[in-house]
Amino acid sequence: MSFEQGQRVRVASREHRGHHRTPGYLKGRVGTVERSHGSFTNPETRAYGESGLPEKELYLVRFEDGHLIYADIYEHWLEPQ
Amino acid sequence: MRVAAVPSFPDRPYDARVERAPHDTGGRPTTERIDRTDHELDDWELLTDALVGALGRAGVMNVDELRRGIESMPPAEYERASYYERWLYSVETILSEKGVLEPGELEARL
Repeated sequence: MSFEQGQRVRVASREHRGHHRTPGYLKGRVGTVERSHGSFTNPETRAYGESGLPEKELYLVRFEDGHLIYADIYEHWLEPQ
Repeated sequence: MRVAAVPSFPDRPYDARVERAPHDTGGRPTTERIDRTDHELDDWELLTDALVGALGRAGVMNVDELRRGIESMPPAEYERASYYERWLYSVETILSEKGVLEPGELEARL
């Protein structure tokens, strides 16, 4: 799924036992897509010796719950809000 | 010394259903100060960095595998280990998994 700049998104609040780069403290939080970084191999499969393909789009997302936080979140961890 | 800023979301606490590995420390409440002092790297630390770089370029092991190996450390060991000790732990884990290192091979050479 692809997202537009300025779109409100929620970070999926799902359990994922394996390697993934979505920070736990952002799971379930709503933020705003700042921009796309482009597409990259998926660390969740590449961490197990696979190719990491297909590539996944990586977004810079802004969170403003008290603190201003910017985080890079892969598309498959984002849900339209 | 200043205490690290910790993100706080008092009205929507972290979803406790989602388990977090020991490395995933962002946003955890703490009163501990972050040690920001620099230190000279020892030779073994430089060699560890070079080893991981070489393994990556040779296509033996990638950075995502390196991270997974680090995250798989038992929490107490993870907390105790230094930065490059975690790298070494991971290299041993991943190379053993791939059969590049035979069981006991490292110990036999030390």
